[in-house]
Amino acid sequence: MTSDPLEKELLKGLAGNDRKATETIYKQNYGMVQSMIVNNNGTIDDARDVFQEAMVVLYEKAKSEHFELNCQLKTYIYSVCRRLWLKRLQQLQKYSPEVDSIAEVVPVEDELEQHELRNFEFVVMEKSMMSLGEPCRSLLEAYYLQKRNMVDIAASFGYTNADNAKNQKYKCLTRLKKLFFAQYKNQVS
Amino acid sequence: MNDDVQILETVERYIQDEMTTQEREYFEQLRKSNPDIDQLVVEHTIFLQQLGQFGEKKAFKSLLHETHNHLLDNNEIKEELPKLRVMHQINKYKRVFAMAASIAGLTALAISGLVAYLSPKSSPQEIALLKKEINAVKISQKQAQKELNTIKITPSRPTAPGKFGGTGFLIDGKGYLVTSAHVVSKADSVYIVNNKGDYFKVKTIHVNDNTDIAILKIVDSRFEPLDRLPYGIRRGKADLGEQIFTLGFPRTEIVYNEGYLSAKTGFDGDTIAYQIAISANPGNSGGPIFNHSGEIIGVLSGKQITAEGVVFSSQSKYIFSALESLKEDSSALSLKVPTHSSLKGVERVQQIKKIEDCIYNVMSY
Repeated sequence: MTSDPLEKELLKGLAGNDRKATETIYKQNYGMVQSMIVNNNGTIDDARDVFQEAMVVLYEKAKSEHFELNCQLKTYIYSVCRRLWLKRLQQLQKYSPEVDSIAEVVPVEDELEQHELRNFEFVVMEKSMMSLGEPCRSLLEAYYLQKRNMVDIAASFGYTNADNAKNQKYKCLTRLKKLFFAQYKNQVS
Repeated sequence: MNDDVQILETVERYIQDEMTTQEREYFEQLRKSNPDIDQLVVEHTIFLQQLGQFGEKKAFKSLLHETHNHLLDNNEIKEELPKLRVMHQINKYKRVFAMAASIAGLTALAISGLVAYLSPKSSPQEIALLKKEINAVKISQKQAQKELNTIKITPSRPTAPGKFGGTGFLIDGKGYLVTSAHVVSKADSVYIVNNKGDYFKVKTIHVNDNTDIAILKIVDSRFEPLDRLPYGIRRGKADLGEQIFTLGFPRTEIVYNEGYLSAKTGFDGDTIAYQIAISANPGNSGGPIFNHSGEIIGVLSGKQITAEGVVFSSQSKYIFSALESLKEDSSALSLKVPTHSSLKGVERVQQIKKIEDCIYNVMSY
């Protein structure tokens, strides 16, 4: 466990989608990651992408039930970013056998493997959503993502009543499920 | 079909714990006796979890983008590129670079010869360039007098509607815009108007008829520079089937349209352009083509007369080449063109709200 109570508080905030906490973690760590990446064959855009992906990893970790951090937040973020960047360099086949370590690192391989799986699921869901078409996509987003209620949704989408909207929503959901599982199987095999 | 909907609804109510105790007991009984229902419950639970995680992650990613831009605006984080290591490497590989450069030079010469020889001759009759030819309006003495009065109030407003109209968009907050070359190439003077009706005088600083891209600069002291643009411009190629949208001025009001990328080349296999499926009208020329994350992938240029719904757009990478050739003309010019969009994962309506202030109606005289 991270011994610092301040960091514990920050992570709690992060898991609870608190703006201030997210901003504080961002501010305290971005500079370090940016200089690691631009000093190792990367651009500013790469730095931003890698850092934000690491923030997602941290977010997922902070949200999980058996959450535990055995080092300082800074070390953790740095380690994740370093690992992510090494992988990206390999994919791009850029010449860089090793990324210089300017700070202490901890092993994060297992967690990134898990993250990759979740990322894959995210991409499949995004693709399925994209190919769903309108108004299905907006309808499902309004109900399942923005958690708006059916009466409100019926009014703004122009359905005569909430039952009609609900019916339509279930039809859309069935289509989304089909798309999702088809793509999922496609990409796994 | 209707049965399916009903079953799904029941399952969802069960998962979300909206059943009465009685209903619940009955359903659990059903679940035990019917393996199909049981499987549906399991599958649907997983799927709803998946959907929930997707929503959370999407919201978090958009929060990250916002945070980044917010911190950057407040100068709490800085984007800077240390150049030291690059210099070091150049010295190390000087000889290799010199050799590579001379080979590259020869290849470039050979290729440009080949390209000139092989490039298709465009047949202008088949492509209607989408500039608006605004009919000459009979202006009575009285109207002219009235307009004279308005000139006194807003000194840089032109006296009559332009001969041609198109669309343009900012590529740098200091007041640089991109539009189609054919919108401005024959103009004596060019003005732009935003959605609020503010006029600004612009100067054409670069025209490339080949790629149909022109760069304009606002030369009006009333223009207030913007810190950062919401969208980015894509350096790479766009993908077939990508969802796209455009904002433009086929009327005096800004108009939104959406479609998809239908081919990676333009008219007759022209590699400078894309073919897109979007409804476009005279006046849409020069408008930005955005992908779903708010990156500009092209500049709308024309449509085929002999076919329905076939529209062409210049590719965004030629914006960068236009800027490169500008740099050669005047070394003082250093534009910071955004390559990263802050509109990823943002709802379309919100995207448009952020973008529309950067889109202008271009009027040529």
